[in-house]
Amino acid sequence: MNGAVITTRKRNYLNASYTVRSWLLTHDHKRIGLLYLIGVTFFFVIGGLAAAVVRLELMTPRGDLTESETYNKLFTMHGITMTFFFLIPAIPAVLGNFLVPLMLGARDLAFPRLNLLSWYLYMLGGLMTMWAILAGGVDTGWTFYTPYSSTYSNTYVMATAVGVFVAGFSSILTGLNFIVTTHQMRCPGLTWFRLPLFIWSMYAASLIMVLATPVLAAALLLVGLERGLGIGIFDPAMGGDPLLFQHLFWFYAHPAVYIMVLPAFGVISELVACFSRRRPFGYAFIGYSSFAIAILGFLVWGHHMFVSGQSVYAGLIFSLLSFLVAIPSGIKVFNWTATLYKASISWETPMLYAFGFMGLFTMGGLTGLFLACLAIDVHVHDTYFVVAHFHYIMVGGTVMAFLGGIHFWWPKMTGRMYPESWARLSAILIFVGFNLTFFPQFILGYLGMPRRYHIYPEEFQVLNVMSSAGASILGVGYFFPLTYLVWSMFYGAVAPENPFGHTGLEWQTASPPPTDNFEQIPVVTQEAYSFGPDDALRGPSEEVISIVQAS
Amino acid sequence: MFKPASQLVEVRADGAARVAHQFVDADQQHSAAELGMWLFLATEIMFFGAFFLAYLVYREWYPVAFAMGSRQMDVMLGTVNTGVLLTSSLTMALAVRASEMSQRRWMIGLLVATLLLGMVFLGIKGLEYYHKYAEHLVPFAGWTFAPAGEQRTGMMEFFNLYFLMTGLHALHMVAGLVMLALLVIVACRSPLRDSSSIVVHNVGLYWHFVDLVWVYLFPFFYLVSASGSVAM
Ligand SMILES: [Cu+2]
Repeated sequence: MNGAVITTRKRNYLNASYTVRSWLLTHDHKRIGLLYLIGVTFFFVIGGLAAAVVRLELMTPRGDLTESETYNKLFTMHGITMTFFFLIPAIPAVLGNFLVPLMLGARDLAFPRLNLLSWYLYMLGGLMTMWAILAGGVDTGWTFYTPYSSTYSNTYVMATAVGVFVAGFSSILTGLNFIVTTHQMRCPGLTWFRLPLFIWSMYAASLIMVLATPVLAAALLLVGLERGLGIGIFDPAMGGDPLLFQHLFWFYAHPAVYIMVLPAFGVISELVACFSRRRPFGYAFIGYSSFAIAILGFLVWGHHMFVSGQSVYAGLIFSLLSFLVAIPSGIKVFNWTATLYKASISWETPMLYAFGFMGLFTMGGLTGLFLACLAIDVHVHDTYFVVAHFHYIMVGGTVMAFLGGIHFWWPKMTGRMYPESWARLSAILIFVGFNLTFFPQFILGYLGMPRRYHIYPEEFQVLNVMSSAGASILGVGYFFPLTYLVWSMFYGAVAPENPFGHTGLEWQTASPPPTDNFEQIPVVTQEAYSFGPDDALRGPSEEVISIVQAS
Repeated sequence: MFKPASQLVEVRADGAARVAHQFVDADQQHSAAELGMWLFLATEIMFFGAFFLAYLVYREWYPVAFAMGSRQMDVMLGTVNTGVLLTSSLTMALAVRASEMSQRRWMIGLLVATLLLGMVFLGIKGLEYYHKYAEHLVPFAGWTFAPAGEQRTGMMEFFNLYFLMTGLHALHMVAGLVMLALLVIVACRSPLRDSSSIVVHNVGLYWHFVDLVWVYLFPFFYLVSASGSVAM
């Protein structure tokens, strides 16, 4: 490798062709990953704007900015957009799409056309939902609870449900593609126990996408049929049970949390290994724990229904099973910590996000145990305590990991380095802003402020103002990467093949990779993460550093 | 395996040229396609699973009404339809076999037979729907629902589920018929390729799955009346 090779713009997947058509009809998993990146960023901004208005309204105890109906629509819009159109696809469809074939030493996913179809389904579903929001909005909350959604709400429930239903298929297709690719397309020598941990967790998440999403489709279909045709599955007047909807919905929506967070675990495992220059402690345990979480995740949905009137005995079982999820989650956190112990840690931006993740996810996970406790849940159910808890998991966990992963693989995706000091600054801003936004909400919830209300007693104002102030810092923190990453695509330093000295196959090909990923199909002869002392991969070589400085 | 060696080589050469770029060889492509189909069927099982759960819950709630509702079913037509569908599974299985043996004519004939049997099934199903409509047993879309007997609410749920589940099953049948028709059209126009048999195989898996769903629907809706002695 020398400077000339890099500067003479080798043919890669980005400069292979420049037409709009070549992007919109691409079968290349890397381009589809970037298409998804544009999609999820768009929906993140929309969902973020809705959250901004919500936080602004909550600055004062009175309802002075929005009416109650508008407020209901705003938090629904925030929830639906962020959950179904950002958090679910963020890591799998952007980073997963880009990385799974590269990490497996394959030329593409098993079904490239299905992959493109999944992007179109996602955009179609997303735009239908956006249309519903513009046309008048939805006020059911992201959970679509019956009988409100099926009988009483006068808002655009149908259009939104159809949008989410359609997007669900994109999730199914992505999961299916990843599972088949992982089984069938590993390059020679890449045995299961040589796979990067990112692949293990993507596989576990894919199982959930494939097995849980159809149940959401069924639940939404039933809501739609009840609203549209009067096929009364949930309507007591026709012999139905509104609670059945909650069972079906949470059978999807609890595992969906793991669609969001398992891929995040995968990213963190890569980051921790790379920036502590170590094979992750307990590699196999981290890998298996992903499957344990995926399996247990299917058995705990009833913890959302402790106060719904379900049987106490069912509640006991669901509570116990929910506690059990803490074990594999704990295995991960402890193994990452053990990996860090006495390692030579470096503090690049992705690692800052990884540290942020480990702290915030742990907070989110531990407060999840409070909620899994039957008696405590009666007190904090449907309060801001729950809101804070799942934001610690989803924003503190998934979004942190997503940003960490985006920075880490940005050089591979675009062939350019991100600006390190800006990136560090915004990582810190995001961490501070996040905690200021959501920590007060734990207290608010514990003191009894219910979620989904925009008018609240005076004594909650201080904590709410703190939360809104934090949200503004968080907003600035998110705005920075949005701008400097776009800037770096044109003006960033040219990235070498392997700027962080990591071991995965994706780092053994050019940055950005050629359309077919590898000049020739690689052959793997080592375990994953072999950062041996004599290993040539041990950090950026002098040669590479000089190239970066010269460019 | 029953082909002469020369033909085998030819087929392989042809097949190798047609492997999609992301695959190393035809074997990999075939096993990927088959695994993909099985995963798709897993999603279908979970999808139908939600409705079967609803069925189980409401049958538990309204055992008498479900038995009464089931008495309104035309067991004769249902049995005939079950026979038709199971026969179509047999012709489908034979079509898959024929495609593996590269017997193109047999394959086309058997696929057409499957297609026709599937259409007969849908025809009979449509007739049954019409009867239910005429007997005022459709509880939605503003139609009159006037069942005999007292268990009106439970009967309503029974017929809601009946139309929902058999309707979704019929939609899956329609999708299967479209696939079969496409297979027949392609097979009539061009010779069999190495990759044809995996496509036929996958459509076959789908068709058997849809049949299997019916094998559950039939007793659940037509035969539950025999499960208890319920006074009318
Ligand atoms: Cu849950």
